[in-house]
Amino acid sequence: MAINNDRPIPTQSVGAQFHDNARMSMRDVNIFYGDKQAIFDVSLDIGQNEVMAMIGPSGCGKSTFLRSLNRMNDTIEGCRVVGDIAMDGQDLYDSKLDVVELRARVGMVFQKPNPFPKSIYDNVAYGPKIHGLAESRVDLDEIVESSLRKASLWNEVKDRLHQPGTGLSGGQQQRLCIARAIAVNPEVILMDEPCSALDPIATAKIEELIEELSENFTIAIVTHSMQQAARVSHRTAYFHLGRLIEVNPTEQVFTMPEHELTEGYITGRFG
Amino acid sequence: MENLTFENHIASVFDEELEEIRSDLMNMGGQVEQQLEDAVRAICDADSQLAEQVIQRDGKVDKMELAIDEACVLVIARRQPAASDLRLVVAVTRAVADLERIGDEAKKIAKHALELTESGPSPMGYTEVRHLAQSVSQILRNSLDAFARFDADAALVTLEQDKQIDMDYKTALRELVTYMMEDPRSIGRVMSIMWVVRSLERIGDHAKNLCEQVVFIVKGKDIRHSDGH
Repeated sequence: MAINNDRPIPTQSVGAQFHDNARMSMRDVNIFYGDKQAIFDVSLDIGQNEVMAMIGPSGCGKSTFLRSLNRMNDTIEGCRVVGDIAMDGQDLYDSKLDVVELRARVGMVFQKPNPFPKSIYDNVAYGPKIHGLAESRVDLDEIVESSLRKASLWNEVKDRLHQPGTGLSGGQQQRLCIARAIAVNPEVILMDEPCSALDPIATAKIEELIEELSENFTIAIVTHSMQQAARVSHRTAYFHLGRLIEVNPTEQVFTMPEHELTEGYITGRFG
Repeated sequence: MENLTFENHIASVFDEELEEIRSDLMNMGGQVEQQLEDAVRAICDADSQLAEQVIQRDGKVDKMELAIDEACVLVIARRQPAASDLRLVVAVTRAVADLERIGDEAKKIAKHALELTESGPSPMGYTEVRHLAQSVSQILRNSLDAFARFDADAALVTLEQDKQIDMDYKTALRELVTYMMEDPRSIGRVMSIMWVVRSLERIGDHAKNLCEQVVFIVKGKDIRHSDGH
């Protein structure tokens, strides 16, 4: 969606960026791709057991920002993150930090379901195995079952655990990826448009799942569906041209947004 | 964010749909104003023909309510409006209900006009009706104006005028009771007039509700049932 906007882009975010019970705290985050700056001075807290939705037009930087939360941007040549990103007070960009361990603590679910070309069982068991979370085969079986249950997939796959994960439907594959992410017992789950490749029924199942998962996990979700953000999230952050424009409780954002740029976006208007 | 417009949607049909809802509401408001004016005139001029017309035209007001409500439901289903668009659509569905009720009250007044005309000419109580009707027409016009311009400040000022109407209503009731005490033979007629002033007072309340919806659209605050209003 093209947004033509002649109005100046505010340098200050409006709304409630900060949270008393923050799980992740980002302060003055700037992200660059080479010379090009993608994120400008974003400060934001994500609370414990909170579902934070990030919305905004294409190219606004919301996915870039999301990826910086578990250092997925490290893999992108020329990407530079400046500022503080911390989880439970620990600096995630500390050079001594084990990135593999970080990505287990901050799991990620992508736009397209991407199960490994392995069995359903192995997809879920892979993480716990490499992170040494299971001492025995029985332990591992338990982790696989409970993860699949938490991802609301167990009943559909319990009789074919050793068939390839790629044989599942798109919605089931996405729930398998969620099971895979939660198998390593993460604290935060990042979701980058997790339903954009799914039909409405599979989408509804994932949305219901997000609600259930928020009891145990902190979730940050990037979505192009504003209705989805309205349905699943507690707070909504609106990004525009690399800046965080507004963060407010979701019910406020969709009924009485504070900033006119947010209003313009969620009501489907241009400039 | 008080410079509201309901234009510039990427889907321009959405602009048209909202504009249509808004202008239909204004038309309905105009129709209801006319009903009120004619009903009061039917009483004061003892014009039974005009009273009949008001009673007949109430069906048109009811149809307008249904049509606008349906258009609002369709917009919700098709466009999933958010923020100011959502507030507009919700406020319009509430406002049409109030306008329809105003139409009903006008019809009741017209029915009493018929009774009063049949029972012969008598000016008793007409001053009270005329006085109250004037204030009520004014508050209705002001609230519709505030709606048309999405002017929350004007709506808040108009809201306050309802208090005066309530006071005028009580004064009128006292006057009417005095008439009945002075001349018990007039009780039947004066009771009719009482129902008429009661309807006028109710119309003032509905006009007040319209103002509350203007505030809801513009400021996003629901001030219904709040203190002082």
